[in-house]
Amino acid sequence: MPGFRGGIIFRKNRGDFIFENLTRFFAFLIFVLVFLMGYHMIVQSLPSINKFGWSFITSETWDPVKENFGALPFIFGTLFSSLLALIISIFLSIGTAVFLSELAPAWLEKTVSVLIELLAAIPSIVYGLFGIFVLAPWLRDSVEPWLGDRLGFLPLFNGAPYGFGMLSAVLILTIMILPIITSISRDIMRSIPMAQREAAFALGATKWEVVLVVLSAAKSGILGAALLGLGRALGETMAVTMVIGNTPQISLSLFDPAYTMASVLANEFSEATSQLYTSALIEIALLLFVMTFILNATARLVVWSVTRKYSKV
Amino acid sequence: MTGKLNSKLRKIKSRVMTLICILSAVVVMVPLFIILFYTLKQGFSSISWSFFTQMPKPAGEAGGGMANALMGSFILIGLGSLIGIPVGIFSGIYLSGENSSLFSKSIRFLTEVLNGIPSIVIGVVAYIIIVIPMKKFSALAGGFALGILMIPLITRTTEEMLRLVPETYREAALALGAPRWKATLFVVLPAAFKGIFTGILLSIARAAGETAPLLFTALGNRFWSTRLDEPIASLTVFIYDYSKAPFEDWNRQAWAAALVLILIVTLVNLSFRAITRKRI
Repeated sequence: MPGFRGGIIFRKNRGDFIFENLTRFFAFLIFVLVFLMGYHMIVQSLPSINKFGWSFITSETWDPVKENFGALPFIFGTLFSSLLALIISIFLSIGTAVFLSELAPAWLEKTVSVLIELLAAIPSIVYGLFGIFVLAPWLRDSVEPWLGDRLGFLPLFNGAPYGFGMLSAVLILTIMILPIITSISRDIMRSIPMAQREAAFALGATKWEVVLVVLSAAKSGILGAALLGLGRALGETMAVTMVIGNTPQISLSLFDPAYTMASVLANEFSEATSQLYTSALIEIALLLFVMTFILNATARLVVWSVTRKYSKV
Repeated sequence: MTGKLNSKLRKIKSRVMTLICILSAVVVMVPLFIILFYTLKQGFSSISWSFFTQMPKPAGEAGGGMANALMGSFILIGLGSLIGIPVGIFSGIYLSGENSSLFSKSIRFLTEVLNGIPSIVIGVVAYIIIVIPMKKFSALAGGFALGILMIPLITRTTEEMLRLVPETYREAALALGAPRWKATLFVVLPAAFKGIFTGILLSIARAAGETAPLLFTALGNRFWSTRLDEPIASLTVFIYDYSKAPFEDWNRQAWAAALVLILIVTLVNLSFRAITRKRI
């Protein structure tokens, strides 16, 4: 491509050659970086992989003293909290995205979009601080007793109200992934051509029926947005660590304290004393890396394929 | 008759669903205002001059500040920028010039993926690459982790801002006999400078709010340290430690630090929007 542009043939310049390869080198560094991350984590977690094998992801024991490590409680906590947060936030996000792209007047749409981006920019640690001093006490004193009284027969709302537990983590995660799912869904709905809406209106559809047409055209893109949100939730560390109670147990109750892969790293990594302990923690990091890598890759491909389909028309 | 009723029902349904969408937008906004409210309330009443100028006091003693953490965050972000800015800008330049080759496509893809990798995992990698060989926690390892986190955002904003510069700028420079690299560096890049610069500020604001990757790289330090090979304090790790502490004075300082962070993040975000909207 360089050397020929706009029908003019350039003489290759030495400066161009150097500059082009310099920029290519830096771009290549990103490739090297991702590769090195995977490589180093695999090498460092080998002691744990060799010792525990598959039982690492099926065993519930996490006993640093006896050096017996199983990651199931953390995997369960991560998946359970993230999926619940995703379920709650996807409805709110789609509703908000519809409001922004189809219903709101331009000035309101701009203001709300800025506010939602601010929500995305607030550091995780601030959410955690809010969780410790405001959310968890509120849940413990008001929400959880109330829910327990009325819905206590369900396993989800069974048990003593601690405040610090799965419910706090789910709510914080919901707040944190709302902005990303909302803004991507909004962008995708915007990229659906006007003609589709006009056609539906011309057939006598109501406003909501038009929205349904747009939503069905945007559905795979919204799926991608949800996957990106899920990826964000899986890796979220500080806010969750500060409110989830950090107890390695598997419980269906939202009131019980739990643990996630990211929070066990945050809590125990700098204190891991033996080589096997560190190795087990690095294996957890590796699992988290692989999970989020696959999710993000899939989500990106889905989102790209949708936006490309409509931007070419 | 039934047709009329049917269309009435459809209209009512449309109204109801519209209302639900508006309501969900309101629900999404609520947490933002609650969090801003609490941070402003607790932060403003806790912040004082000594917060910025004094060192932390021993546990239980009232007063003191986070001067060392401010300095530490500053150093960590500086180190991160040394890695993140050159890699980000140059790879952004590369991607903006090269559109369709397999290599550039996969780099663009990996940048997106890198952006989604949890920051705590990047902390683990920095631990393996720097802390283990050096055999101690250090500012260097923390800065390295922050640098990796900054790369994707800078790469992407650089690429996008460069694409906004009209191709005629480059053509004009080339027509005057400039080689391509000079046209890129001295004509196209300066034209996109404002946008790239605020993109860098945005990534700095994001790095300033990171905690997880610092927990076991920079670790934290209660004393004044500017050495790169020693553990170093940072605002966010202080918030984490102080929020868990049983001392009310420390909790108040955590809120003060949170307020400082939120103000930085908000200012940078708004200025980024103001500038990029003007350019587009």
